[in-house]
Amino acid sequence: MLTLQCPYCGVQCDETELSPGGEAHLTRFGPGSDDTEFEQYLFLRENPRGVHFERWRHAYGCGKWFHAARCTMTLEVFGTYPAQVTEPPADLIEKIREKRPGWRWRDLA
Amino acid sequence: MKRYSAFAIAREALRHHTGWERAWRSPEPKKHYDVIIIGAGGHGLATAYHLGKDHGIRNVAILEKGWLGGGNTGRNTTIIRSNYLQDPSAAIYEKSRSLYETLSQDLNYNIMFSPRGVIMLAQTEHEVRGYKRTAQANALQGVKTEFISPQRVKELVPIISLDGPRYPVLGGLWQSRGGTARHDAVAWGYARACSDMGMDIIQKCEVTGITTEGGRVKGVETSRGAITCGKLGIVVAGHSGHLADMAGFRLPIESVALQALVSEPIKPCMDVVVMANTVHGYMSQSDKGEMVIGGGADGYNNYTQRGSFHHIEETVRALIETFPMISRLKMLRQWGGIVDMTGDRSPILSKTPVEGIFMNCGWGTGGFKAIPGSGFAMAELMARGGSSIADPFSMTRFREGRFIDESVAAGVAH
Repeated sequence: MLTLQCPYCGVQCDETELSPGGEAHLTRFGPGSDDTEFEQYLFLRENPRGVHFERWRHAYGCGKWFHAARCTMTLEVFGTYPAQVTEPPADLIEKIREKRPGWRWRDLA
Repeated sequence: MKRYSAFAIAREALRHHTGWERAWRSPEPKKHYDVIIIGAGGHGLATAYHLGKDHGIRNVAILEKGWLGGGNTGRNTTIIRSNYLQDPSAAIYEKSRSLYETLSQDLNYNIMFSPRGVIMLAQTEHEVRGYKRTAQANALQGVKTEFISPQRVKELVPIISLDGPRYPVLGGLWQSRGGTARHDAVAWGYARACSDMGMDIIQKCEVTGITTEGGRVKGVETSRGAITCGKLGIVVAGHSGHLADMAGFRLPIESVALQALVSEPIKPCMDVVVMANTVHGYMSQSDKGEMVIGGGADGYNNYTQRGSFHHIEETVRALIETFPMISRLKMLRQWGGIVDMTGDRSPILSKTPVEGIFMNCGWGTGGFKAIPGSGFAMAELMARGGSSIADPFSMTRFREGRFIDESVAAGVAH
């Protein structure tokens, strides 16, 4: 069972208390963008075998969106952080690098 | 290859079964093949089989990192149907279903195809309208389905409860020639036929890299050495994104775990396949008597091959409302497979940005039923560079906005 800590209310939530929201830190494209940009934004995903950054919503709790770093192979959680950022916090990236040498995610390496 | 027949059984019975030969060879990999297929599951083996049978390409290797048919081919609920709304889907799934009809004879291997019929229950007014529309579309596509009344559903499935407290059964979409088959036998039968054509099935051979030169595929690096090839087919379901990454392109795919479970064996009580999409559960009875139950997929990416426990609870809760008599059944086994979901819930059979590499993936939660048709279309695509069945499923459709939108048509994973 997956357990994540909500960074807003501090509750350790069971996955039944949460709604998954897919890949985090997507660049949104709007009117005037070309087809390739829309494809990137709407469909193309990292889908890594390893540590992934995701959006989650504390649906049956405070109701807020947050981000989580989680391994898709082992379900190990590296940390959660608020949603008001465009990239993962540096100390979290450092922590992942330490535990998973050779890990990369998009252009983070 | 010695043929399997009633005569062969009699012959072997008289000589203590010493004359059976191995169903397929396990050769060492050669240095070069015309075509390499990555993934010896149903789709990969069917692709190789049709390359050899329809197009005469027999210098083929099928590489498998684990064992043959050990991925989703051995993890599904074996349902075969073709009652899809969109024309391209109906074309490939009906091709597949019709190939299943004669597959045992074609492969000389009993895949135990059982066209017992599939009902998709309509439990809301929305579903009634949706399935009536699908039945009309199927009539135009030449797929035999019909919308049936609750009374007819009860005749076909006596153990069903029509007046569920939350979702009464309002009718159903009935495909009388849908059914099930023995999933392992499908992989084994194709493997035996491929091996007989001189193809090499190489198990425990993990692809660790893909080499390209000037935008063209050169070969693969594997745990058993480098192998060069003319064309490369990647047919690895949930791990497609990982291999696409090796080849240097991205896919519109997310991998999630989908679960199934079986009960203890009981006496025959249901001789059709029932799918209840609103409450999200489906069930059939295997030849051994186990109730085979399929449930929901996880909502987040993972490669764990087990899935979240609460999905089992949701599925079983829904099925107990629909089939009250199963409420005291014990469950024997539960397992999960990694399914590759696309944005429109339709598969990808496609050329890729790298010349000579072809992808067959994105079958999501419903790949088993498509194995023969997928192999047929993929082989045509790889041999000729185009296929009337496969072309609509190209991966460029996401950029072009040309979806084959079965997620909207079905309302659920399918």
